[in-house]
Amino acid sequence: MTPLNKVVSHVIPLLEDNIDTDQLLPKQFLTEISRAGFGKHLLHDRRYLDQHESVPNPDCVLNQKAYKTASILITGKNFGCGSSREHAPWALADFGISVIIGKGFADIFYANCLNNQILPIVLPDEVVNALALRAQSTPGAEVTVDLSLQTVSFDSSVITFSIPEHHRANLLNGVDKIGRTLQEHDRIKAYEALHNI
Amino acid sequence: MGQTLYDKLWNKHYIGDVDGDGLLYIDRHLIHEVTSPQAFDGLNQYGRRVRRPDLTIATMDHSISTRSTSLDACGPKNALQLKTLVENCKQHGIVLYPVGDANQGIVHVMGPELGLIHPGMTVVCGDSHTATHGALGTLAFGIGTSDVEHVLASQTIRQSKAKNMRVVFSGKPGTGVVAKDLILALIGKIGHAGGTGYVIEYSGDTLSHLSVEGRMTICNMSIEAGAKAGLIAPDDITLAYLKGKPFAPKGEAWEASCLAYKALHSDADAVFDEEVHIDVSRLAPQVTWGTNPGQVAGIDQVIPSPDSFDDALMTASAKKALAYMALTEGTAFSDIPISHVFIGSCTNSRIEDLRAAADIARKGHVAKGVKAIVVPGSAKVKEQAETEGLDEVFKTAGFEWRLPGCSMCLGMNDDVLHEGDRCASTSNRNFEGRQGRGSRTHLVSPAMAAGAAIAGHFVDVRTL
Repeated sequence: MTPLNKVVSHVIPLLEDNIDTDQLLPKQFLTEISRAGFGKHLLHDRRYLDQHESVPNPDCVLNQKAYKTASILITGKNFGCGSSREHAPWALADFGISVIIGKGFADIFYANCLNNQILPIVLPDEVVNALALRAQSTPGAEVTVDLSLQTVSFDSSVITFSIPEHHRANLLNGVDKIGRTLQEHDRIKAYEALHNI
Repeated sequence: MGQTLYDKLWNKHYIGDVDGDGLLYIDRHLIHEVTSPQAFDGLNQYGRRVRRPDLTIATMDHSISTRSTSLDACGPKNALQLKTLVENCKQHGIVLYPVGDANQGIVHVMGPELGLIHPGMTVVCGDSHTATHGALGTLAFGIGTSDVEHVLASQTIRQSKAKNMRVVFSGKPGTGVVAKDLILALIGKIGHAGGTGYVIEYSGDTLSHLSVEGRMTICNMSIEAGAKAGLIAPDDITLAYLKGKPFAPKGEAWEASCLAYKALHSDADAVFDEEVHIDVSRLAPQVTWGTNPGQVAGIDQVIPSPDSFDDALMTASAKKALAYMALTEGTAFSDIPISHVFIGSCTNSRIEDLRAAADIARKGHVAKGVKAIVVPGSAKVKEQAETEGLDEVFKTAGFEWRLPGCSMCLGMNDDVLHEGDRCASTSNRNFEGRQGRGSRTHLVSPAMAAGAAIAGHFVDVRTL
């Protein structure tokens, strides 16, 4: 896993509540058997005017030149609700997103982000609203997210965010969590023996 | 201080702390074709093996045809995904129930009906509706593919402990009011994200009126309230359901297991972080009108005015939903014509669901212009329904009788809706585009879906 620390980027404003994983990546793309290449399908229904993805919807923020290369997404409450499909964070990562700042995240999606080196940050509504407004009015305006300092900085503001310490450490170090768990082999074996499993 | 059932299940499976996460042992890992291929890829990439193939069970459900048992029936991509599951299971020694097998079915229907799920277990699956299994007193939840890989490799999962919520259903539901209506009403009350961060324990005297199938419908939709899991303490109904199932404990082991199962309940002095009470005795059959399961009302109500909500965000959300759904406030549900009916999904495709739908189907014929399909949840449900003659009831009434699978709930096969189609669906999600781009989904119970098929519009099944 590639360590995640500091991200400096302009921001995609997608300030809506309840953007579910069906919207982030519709089912017709779930038949793929690799993790790669989902970025072009991200938010398919609102991003393209046709099923074949040949006619981009100019109203969709992802199609607007000013936001195409951004690594930070701003959104509302309950982002990533619904299906557990990890294809949604794979699509976000493949599009180039490494930080999502929102008013709240669905549980499974939050865990899936952490497993893909995407940093989900929850900030107060007024800060999220202000960041979204700023991204809309000044599309190129950058925001700095510093995971080691746990800060989101823009203009003269420095906002602190919280994240459980172990999640922070895993992201900062790009830990292979499965490899780490497998070091606990003896404890797992002892549990199986104790419970006769 | 006493412990909740969730606390007890957590403690029982807690191996220890790993870098700040709780490491939990997983007793049953269910896999299917959609969320497992990348997990097996990851294992192969690192040269890791499946730690406990004997605790892992695979089936095919999401990507399969409901018209043909050929793996190639839905095109080359679906076929490759299905054949990849076959290969992965063969390579790692995992039992697979493929299309055509007598045990095949939707993962959350197949598992319990085979007796693979026992009270007190931890159960995971790369599918958000895994909470279904909580109806048997298990801690069951959906996970992403990276965690599927983690469980395959280690038979454990790393978790943070969730908060405890207790939902108390009280009263006896009226005729025509079923588990689906109870859970929709709950989500309507606490909201689409009201359970985020919680494990919900369902309790109350109403549960004594519900079968395990009905309880599964309730636990299944816990995720639609945002909850990590939903669970119900085992009782005599649970034990009667499990007894004699192919993979249930037998003989002396059964007797010993029953004692352990009965100890699985929250202590009287357990403290919940949140409590919600719902009196269901006056509840009407529910119909969703919006684009999340919390946007729901009784069949005897009308489409609400967005301005009727206290919360500005809910007002905005309702306005957006009504625009997508092409509905106007004040409209009676009986004035909303439908074009499609889907009876199926891990929420409502069990035998009692099909019986309830068939009871309504006997009263008429699918209305002109309406396409209605019935998709049993598993090969066993299909067989049972056919033994009871339900297939003939449906076919005579103009419904299509299909092969088991997830089907139109998410439409990974050719069972998809098109722009502008309006569907009365017994599934679990009415998100924008869920059943097909631009399609409109109304979530209802099986009887309500069958009623809508016959009337051509929503109808109060209590009047039929």
